[in-house]
Amino acid sequence: MKAYLGRKYRFSASHRLCSERLSDADNRAVYGKCANPNGHGHNYVVEVMVGGEIDPVTGMVCDLVELDTWVSREILEAFDHQNLNTLPAFANRVPTTENLCIEIQQRLRRAVRSELTLGVRVEETSNNFFEYSESAAQQERGLER
Amino acid sequence: MILLTRRAEFSASHYYWNEQWSDEENQRRFGKCANRNGHGHNYTLEVTVAGEVDPVTGFVVDLKQLKDVMEREVVSVYDHRHLNLEVPEFRTAIPTTENIAVAIWRRLEGKVPGARLHRVRVYEMPDLFAEYRGQE
Repeated sequence: MKAYLGRKYRFSASHRLCSERLSDADNRAVYGKCANPNGHGHNYVVEVMVGGEIDPVTGMVCDLVELDTWVSREILEAFDHQNLNTLPAFANRVPTTENLCIEIQQRLRRAVRSELTLGVRVEETSNNFFEYSESAAQQERGLER
Repeated sequence: MILLTRRAEFSASHYYWNEQWSDEENQRRFGKCANRNGHGHNYTLEVTVAGEVDPVTGFVVDLKQLKDVMEREVVSVYDHRHLNLEVPEFRTAIPTTENIAVAIWRRLEGKVPGARLHRVRVYEMPDLFAEYRGQE
């Protein structure tokens, strides 16, 4: 029987939205105050949802300690109290929350057991959130074919 | 198709224990959740139903009826109860959040007039939830 388990995690980081492919004026026009040269920060909330069969012995989809370990190692240790622009992952990508969401999904996918499905939702502020799920990615790949 | 979600709350106690395992194994696997005296949570239940908007009423489902079904089938049975000791389905299944979501789905399935059950989400705490979407 398939069910889903979701858990929220938090980290704080700074970033600046600015594309090297755009002029200063265009960066200002596209990103507004997010292009401020000195950057700014957010308290990010990451919601991780794994899906899989409920283990008939434990009643669980996934051991929470295991999930916490994956998220701490792959996400919180990498991003908490960092300037996202300085990290290798964003050397060639603007650290928008869309790109952050995809980066988090890819990092977690390496850690999360392959039989579990994985979805990630990242809140930049309480009013903005971004979501990436494998089922959405599969649909996109289906459209490409 | 429109999805409509209604929220309800209940407070209950539980513990995690597998009778097939030794005391030590239960402690090792379930940690503080294995305390046989139990512990409790304020659960939040979100029930999502799917259907078409009735052109006459503008509703997918009568909210009062949905509320009454959730109250009768779930809240009145679970609220202020010890799930392991007082709710029949958890005599055989460990009341993990996953199993609670499945059990609530089974209690509600087919009982919401005019709409199809789409999703049951149960929050054990604000940062932790389980979701069941029926057989996939």
